[in-house]
Amino acid sequence: MSEPLLSVENLKTQFFTEDGTVRAVDGISFDVYEGEIVGLVGESGAGKSVATSSLLRLVDSPGEIVGGEITFKGETIFGLEEGTSGEPRPRDDMLSEEEMRKQIRGREIAIIFQDPMESLNPVFTVGGQLREFIEINRGLSEEEARAEAIDMLREVGIPAPESRYDEYPHQFSGGMRQRVLIAMALACQPDLIIADEPTTALDVTVEGQILEMVTELQEKYDTSFIWVTHDMSVVAEICDRVNVMYLGEIIEHAEVDDLFYDTKHPYTQALLDSMPRPDRTVEELDPIKGVMPEAIDPPSGCRFHSRCPHAREVCREVHPEPRDLSDEGEPMHSAACVMYDAFDVGYEGSRPIETEATGGFSAGLTETEGDE
Amino acid sequence: MATQTDPRTDDGAAADDESGPGEIEARVGLRYTLKQVKRDTTARIGIYTVGFVTLVALLAAIDYYLFDYAVAETVWYNPVQDPDQVQRLLPPVGMENQYGPGVIEHPMGTDHRGRDILGRLFYGTRIAITVGFMATGIGLVGGTLIGAVSGYYGGWIDDVLQRVTETIYAIPFLVLVIAFMTAFGRDLTFAMIGVGITSIPVFNRLIRSRVVSIREEDYIEAARAAGVKDRNIILRHIIPNSFAPVLVQATLQIGVSILIVAGLSFLGFGAQPPTPSWGQMLSASRNYMLPAPTFSLFPGIAILITVIGFNILGDGLQDALDPRINN
Repeated sequence: MSEPLLSVENLKTQFFTEDGTVRAVDGISFDVYEGEIVGLVGESGAGKSVATSSLLRLVDSPGEIVGGEITFKGETIFGLEEGTSGEPRPRDDMLSEEEMRKQIRGREIAIIFQDPMESLNPVFTVGGQLREFIEINRGLSEEEARAEAIDMLREVGIPAPESRYDEYPHQFSGGMRQRVLIAMALACQPDLIIADEPTTALDVTVEGQILEMVTELQEKYDTSFIWVTHDMSVVAEICDRVNVMYLGEIIEHAEVDDLFYDTKHPYTQALLDSMPRPDRTVEELDPIKGVMPEAIDPPSGCRFHSRCPHAREVCREVHPEPRDLSDEGEPMHSAACVMYDAFDVGYEGSRPIETEATGGFSAGLTETEGDE
Repeated sequence: MATQTDPRTDDGAAADDESGPGEIEARVGLRYTLKQVKRDTTARIGIYTVGFVTLVALLAAIDYYLFDYAVAETVWYNPVQDPDQVQRLLPPVGMENQYGPGVIEHPMGTDHRGRDILGRLFYGTRIAITVGFMATGIGLVGGTLIGAVSGYYGGWIDDVLQRVTETIYAIPFLVLVIAFMTAFGRDLTFAMIGVGITSIPVFNRLIRSRVVSIREEDYIEAARAAGVKDRNIILRHIIPNSFAPVLVQATLQIGVSILIVAGLSFLGFGAQPPTPSWGQMLSASRNYMLPAPTFSLFPGIAILITVIGFNILGDGLQDALDPRINN
């Protein structure tokens, strides 16, 4: 394949809190190619949102990107090198804060936020905000920007955009606002749009319409997307490739069909099993046992071992890095689980351990409602 | 593309929003706020009082700057300069004191130099209103900028700015203003600047507390992600969203500033004679309390009405701007 549009290498973002260092994103790597929708999936707290704000270098204190490399269209968004005293320092070719703001944010990489109710400034009209955004990032005059803003509103399916232009955000419904935000993201025709759970706050019918619209617009403008979500059905709907995150790490990466039909990692399997489906009742649902551990003090070895139904002694000791498990000639499908032969760390011979998922110490808490 | 996803069926709320912009009352903006304020009877009294006083001040200013007291002098008997024919300390029309009966030329009587009290009150309005707006304006702009920057950036910038304003806050304002005027000159301009500076901490704290919560809103994050400059985020997104309580405080502060500067004039630190100001009139009248009580009464009433007017307006604004109070 050609050069990726965005390439993330071993990205680490940490939060330095009073209780200790929270390793919110702990060495993730992924690529986004032109014109594809890449999913970033995981439970709440997996580090998905921190990862996306790291891409724009918008992590706030006490958070900080401490390592790794982010390259976008050949430009270094983030990169470290060893300084004279051995301390890591930003590389010279890293974009300055000024360049980030002027060239990257909004213009090359746009974000659609989760909550459309909160992402528009309540004191200005919808059209005014959209127009201002276009003015800033495309250097158009006010008149041109206004015309462009109305066009964009029409594009995302807002009826009577000329009159709705002068309305305030509270006069729009949630779905309408999300359309406005999508219009805003598309307005500068960025190469990459990061969609941070954009449909989570919407009801399913609206969600469907938005997804459909995004797919159409994506084909029309050939924009790449990073689609952050915890909803596997959304992933199945629109993503081309998927990265599954658990506790700051990417533990499985595959093309969307492979992920669903040839699931490798137990966590991904657990996520799929906990998805409500029409053919199963609540009792038959199989949610992931336990809660995600604190990223301040992640479990040793494989981070999922404390909740994994297949956990063995070796899982506690060996920390697996993702490896490509696909057959030759097949598209890449990597997973980080020592269950597979490729890791060869003696999983077969290892003794199974009791975890929350295997009926261990706290299993009763989560299974009282089950039918076992 | 709208053919495939018909937005009209988007969801229930969209249908309610379908009516044109004219039919929906925008719940933001100056016109809406004024409308809300006017619904409340007391607030309406506040608006009218403030409006009246401001109008008088405007007329006085026009007369003072363009006609050099000429307009008022044709109506009243020489209100400002010492008159040729001295009728000192006359009572208002219809009353009588030891200096004689009130005359129709001086409806509120005359002062200790025979100048018309009504005329001096008229010109004093100009000083009072100017002082109120200017001093509050200085405090408002200064406090808002400091508070917004401080709250938005946080960290050491916040610490430094807050400690500095707290230092100002810790010194009794009258001492501060008097010290300021002693250093720079006993001039009305410095009185205004001094009072303005002492009110910076009030606005600073108010807006900082709002900014700290507004800063976390998604639309601020969205603006940052869109590549908006920090300066524009503060001016266009943070401040307008934090402004409602500040507007209320500003209205109240105008009343307070008028009171403070009147007090300063009383102490001899405000407008210098012969410029007519209410505080200075009060100051002059205190020696004549017993023989001519009305001399001190009228400037006092003028100050009272103005300050109460601003306070009532402030309360009304507060009710109108606070969404939790249902009118």
